[in-house]
Amino acid sequence: MEEVSLLKGNEAIALAAIRCGADGYFGYPITPQSEIMETLMAQKPWETTGMTVLQAESEVASIYMVFGGASTGKKVMTSSSSPGVSLMQEGVSFLCGADLPCLIVNVMRGGPGLGTIQPSQSDYFQSTKGGGHGDYKLIVLAPASVQEMADFVDLGFTLSSKYRIPSMILSDGAIGQMMEKVVLPPFKPRQTAEEIIKQCPWAATGKPANRKNNIISSLELDPSKMEKKNVERQERYRIVEATEVRYDEYMCEDADYLIIAFGSAARISQNAVEILREEGIKVGMLRPITLWPFPSKVISKYAEKVKSMLTVELNAGQMIEDVKLAVNGKVPVLHYGRMGGIVPNPEEIVDALKKQM
Amino acid sequence: MKEEIIIAGFGGQGVLSMGKILAYAGLMHDKEVSWMPAYGPEQRGGTANVTVIISDDKISSPVLNKFDTAIILNQQSMDKFESTVKPGGILIYDPHGITHAPTRTDISMYTVRAMDAAAEMENSKAFNMVVLGAYLKVKPAVDLDGVIKGLKKSLPERHHHLIPMNEKALQKGMDIVEKVK
Repeated sequence: MEEVSLLKGNEAIALAAIRCGADGYFGYPITPQSEIMETLMAQKPWETTGMTVLQAESEVASIYMVFGGASTGKKVMTSSSSPGVSLMQEGVSFLCGADLPCLIVNVMRGGPGLGTIQPSQSDYFQSTKGGGHGDYKLIVLAPASVQEMADFVDLGFTLSSKYRIPSMILSDGAIGQMMEKVVLPPFKPRQTAEEIIKQCPWAATGKPANRKNNIISSLELDPSKMEKKNVERQERYRIVEATEVRYDEYMCEDADYLIIAFGSAARISQNAVEILREEGIKVGMLRPITLWPFPSKVISKYAEKVKSMLTVELNAGQMIEDVKLAVNGKVPVLHYGRMGGIVPNPEEIVDALKKQM
Repeated sequence: MKEEIIIAGFGGQGVLSMGKILAYAGLMHDKEVSWMPAYGPEQRGGTANVTVIISDDKISSPVLNKFDTAIILNQQSMDKFESTVKPGGILIYDPHGITHAPTRTDISMYTVRAMDAAAEMENSKAFNMVVLGAYLKVKPAVDLDGVIKGLKKSLPERHHHLIPMNEKALQKGMDIVEKVK
């Protein structure tokens, strides 16, 4: 039988990373995600799987250690919270420019600036629209439970290496700090050097006599070559958009009103749907699991059926822009959000929905 | 079955670990559980609180504004959470440190003199287990056996010799809890 553990979201990420055969973690502590590195350090995976765990001198150093590890085809990751992830943005852009796979975890807290240490979802724009410079995308996964924190580590690594696009787990302080039941993924061995050479022919794994140098760089001074690289990358993005959209539906089928929420806001909104349904109001909830690629198609389909939509976010209204693009003016889309680390309670969402009826 | 509990007091009183043990006990009974702390500087001496949900069904929101049971261990928390108990719900508090007794008439109230009991046991660390014992007596959402199993699961092995002391404290809480109204 599978063993059920009671874990914090942050602990689940750390244990899942070891189990899915990660080669390296590089990070710098910041609330509310410090348990990720603490758990990794306590587990000492370097004595078991051989995974490296290193506290870097800063977030900037962490992301470039990830760049270095990823250049050699290793499965590497970092984690931080909002202000720390902002510091990493140059490196994130470089990783995308060099088409390197990796996993970045952002356990969001309220901002801007140092902000607060309480939960927030105000890094939606940064995660899905860039944040660093250049035309790039991250595959952004939004877990809404401790189980998904564990499951999305392997998923993030897998998608990232399949498309050579960095993956991000975009979580928040609530999911990071809460404890729930979780079944950890089974142990998977780390990749051998031979497997890496076979699966990552682009990686800097040591040059044999029969091939040219593999050069890992985001720099290309010839504009025609640079455009070609960009076009190729955009083509990959279109494939991801066509094949990797993930979402969850809750009581949507007969819904007159649709709540759209991700992560911890989706958990609270689900409770609001339960309350509203008890009162006979037909409300459903659609929860984007991939924030990029965004589930635009299904939202556009619901725009033909429902009277209006409400996005619930722990921010001033960020995902609502993608919802509005998908809805394309067909029905009203409203927003309910709290900021600064305040987490709304289900009743607030119930009231917000009733207001738009 | 669904039991939604808020436990609130000072950081250092063992509020979060009491919630953790309760959640583990729920796990031992094969229930769905969630443990949502107010984290941060509270842990270092301010007020601390944790929401624990134990349920037969999947839990949607880990964040709540109304509770079946409130366990209150200081005045600040009484001011904040007395009003959040659902009508017909339960409020358990230690009168030690409560300057204004709660006034609600539509809920059941219990006191547990856990601070005194812990002093009597000459073990201040037993405080939160005395409180938890009171809760188990008043609302057996989980049983003593489940809590002991939960303790074994949540405590590292090197601390397992403390389990009999904890059991004693739990028993003490069950014995001394008093109904106020």
